Amino acid sequence: MTELKLARPRSQWADVWAQFRHHKGAMAALVLLIVLMVFVLIGPLVWRTDPNFIEPNTAKMFKLRNLGPSWAHPLGTDQLGRDMLARMMFGGRISLAVGAVAMMVALFIGTTIGVLAGYFRRLDSWLMRLTDLFLALPLLPLLLVMMFLFRDAISGVLGPRLGTFILIVTAIGVTSWMQAARVVRGEVLALKEREFVLAAKSIGTPARRIILRHILTNVLSPVLVAATLGIAAAIITESVLSFLGLGFPPDFPTWGRLLFDGIDSIRTYPERIVWPGIAISLTVLAVNYIGDGLRDALDPRIRGR
Amino acid sequence: MKLKSALLGAAAAFALAPMAHAERGSDGEVKILYYQAVSTLNAYLSSGTKDVEAGSLVLEPLAGFDQDGNLYPRLVESIPTVENGGVAKDLTSITWKLKPGLLWSDGTPLTSADVKFSWEYCTADGGGCAQAAKYEGVKSIDTPDDLTVVVNFEAPKPYPYQPFTGGTAPILQKAQFEKCLGAAASTCTEQNSKPIGTGPFMVTDFKVNDVVTLAANPNYRDPAKPAFATVTLKGGGDALAAASAVMETGEFDYAWNTQINAEQQAQMAAGGKGKFVNAFGTLVERIEINMTDPSSALAEGERSTIKHPHPIFSDPKVRAALSMAIDRQALVDVGYGSAARPTCNLVPAPAFQASDNTGCLKQDIEGAKKLLDEAGWTDSDGDGIRDKDGKKLSILYQTSVSAVRQDFQALVKGWWNEIGVEVELKSIDPGVYFGGDAASPDTFQKFYADVEMYANNFDGTDAEPYMAQYLCNKIPGPDNQWQGENINRFCDPAYDALVKELSTTNGIEARGALVKKLNDMLTKDSNVVIPLADRGRFSAQSNALGGFVMNAWDAELWNAQDWYRVK
Repeated sequence: MTELKLARPRSQWADVWAQFRHHKGAMAALVLLIVLMVFVLIGPLVWRTDPNFIEPNTAKMFKLRNLGPSWAHPLGTDQLGRDMLARMMFGGRISLAVGAVAMMVALFIGTTIGVLAGYFRRLDSWLMRLTDLFLALPLLPLLLVMMFLFRDAISGVLGPRLGTFILIVTAIGVTSWMQAARVVRGEVLALKEREFVLAAKSIGTPARRIILRHILTNVLSPVLVAATLGIAAAIITESVLSFLGLGFPPDFPTWGRLLFDGIDSIRTYPERIVWPGIAISLTVLAVNYIGDGLRDALDPRIRGR
Repeated sequence: MKLKSALLGAAAAFALAPMAHAERGSDGEVKILYYQAVSTLNAYLSSGTKDVEAGSLVLEPLAGFDQDGNLYPRLVESIPTVENGGVAKDLTSITWKLKPGLLWSDGTPLTSADVKFSWEYCTADGGGCAQAAKYEGVKSIDTPDDLTVVVNFEAPKPYPYQPFTGGTAPILQKAQFEKCLGAAASTCTEQNSKPIGTGPFMVTDFKVNDVVTLAANPNYRDPAKPAFATVTLKGGGDALAAASAVMETGEFDYAWNTQINAEQQAQMAAGGKGKFVNAFGTLVERIEINMTDPSSALAEGERSTIKHPHPIFSDPKVRAALSMAIDRQALVDVGYGSAARPTCNLVPAPAFQASDNTGCLKQDIEGAKKLLDEAGWTDSDGDGIRDKDGKKLSILYQTSVSAVRQDFQALVKGWWNEIGVEVELKSIDPGVYFGGDAASPDTFQKFYADVEMYANNFDGTDAEPYMAQYLCNKIPGPDNQWQGENINRFCDPAYDALVKELSTTNGIEARGALVKKLNDMLTKDSNVVIPLADRGRFSAQSNALGGFVMNAWDAELWNAQDWYRVK
């Protein structure tokens, strides 16, 4: 009697991870993104300086202005003597949170519309015309109008900070779901003619279950890729809004606002725009590389090559 | 005809006379940089400072303002007053006497008809004259002879020097602009870009929104001036590039409005090729306090209206405490450097009407805390924010988006937090904030905030219309589409009575005394307006340019005829 030793079945995610690890750029990007996350999430617990603290004694405040890097202020101080490191950490929290949440909003809307349009023929043309409509809208003016119309109303209910956060996230979300919807629809159109879906239909599975169990799991890879790209776009859009002075209140640092504030001293203290600029670029670059790696890893035809 | 040829002869004699010292056109080219490019040289068709300034090289008013804000004659023999009989005793007319022998740059004589025509031009129907305010209240203009102009007013004018003074009210040549009255004004491109003037220079080429080239006026009244043969007035760039072009690279002799921050000023000054020049006028950056309740809990149409007095600021002690907690010198050092000076006055200049109010210049945090204690605002729950009857001392502080203003907000918020006041900041796009759209909730007139910050000034040296902005009947509200100028909703019968007195008082000294009183009522007595800084004009001048005198009361190029090349 010989016992047949079966190798442990390999799970799909282990395969994906194995493939992902072969993508050097994506791995570097992943490490970088984790470092950035640690910097903004754990950083403030270690570096306990209030990002908005201004020395109330003006004589002392003037000595603290525009300092270069030192042990007391590793990234120097700004024109009002505020610690740049603390501002970068705090600003990063907001920028990354906006990126992640806005991406989720966009993805949720985009996937829902894409799946509905792809699966239900009757809805298809309506939903796709709606997508075209949104694509045709000029994004920035629309965002500005939304901020202008709803900021006061929402701030009144939720307070200026949370209110602006929700508004920005929603605004970015509802104006950037279109690409995801198109990609998902295309995928669903192909999937629903496949044998396993036909099989499920033939045994009488309701549409709801087919979508949740068979379709959604198979459109995961384009959705994940769209998600990573969405984060990058949302961070940049938030920066643009802050840059135009329409984002968060002026005493609420985000990377975009730090960049905006730094413009004025670009000649005298270029590092003021270099730090937030690098942070935004690195995040966007890292997220894009991870998206690239994920796409390769999730594609079974490429996997193993 | 005889007079004309005689005048021409005289002018020719002048032109041919050998020069004692300087010679007209002997110093070559002077290069001027206005980073907002010039689009017309006719001051009546543009409210843009850059256009008025560029036009002042060519067109002249009857009288101008010197660097101290005093009127001095340009095209007239002297400044009319009641004493010398130039202003009627009942203050309803003023008589200007032109200097004899003045010529336009095309060689024809300047007469009183041209002066009268300039008024007709600006007040013609459909012309959309940008400087119409200068001619407000003018009933008619008589020209008894070629050199006499009598301006008649509809009612007694205690300050009769508005028409035809300063760079914003120049004299146009009747022969050239005759066909450009009313609706035709803006279609006269040739005239508006190459006006014939009496000033030291005349236009040789004009590229709209780019560059203006000018040459010395051969018929200018002083045969020795101007020293420069040509002027190149270039547009484009920004304040920083403009400052650099004078201070660091030396490409230009003079750059207008080089408002840059204090550190950049120091860096540029180290370039050694020029210097910054400033002059302080009446532009005051201030915090305005809302005397009415802006709470969003109130119905639209009731917010920030006189129906609801402000729950916190109705107590003058709170307002005084807010003012005392501010270190104005620090604000100026951070934001403007030598382009501003701290002030406690709403009317900081000229000297005859500036109050000697300096009490606010020293920051007094402890005194401010004491005042709030006295007013009954104490921190009863220990959260660092004062409260009274269960209401927190928390205010919303709004202003426009601008790097300097956001720094000011952050600093002032720090000081106010220090005395136990919670401050929430808001910054609004300047296009919206100053846009005046009655439908927008974010305009400075609507004032849906507790305090707000901006800068304002008045034209010329007469403060009366400016002080009249704070009358009870000028309060903005839904009934007047929020167009009133009394932004604070300040209302004091004693103040109204004083303004009325001002409107019937003649004589510079007496008027100055009244303005001082009014200024004090708004600032140190009630702290309804908290002035922060007197922002001056700030330009860059090359070391190679001589004779330049900075002026806050007229065009900065007011004395271009006296400029020369330092060799």
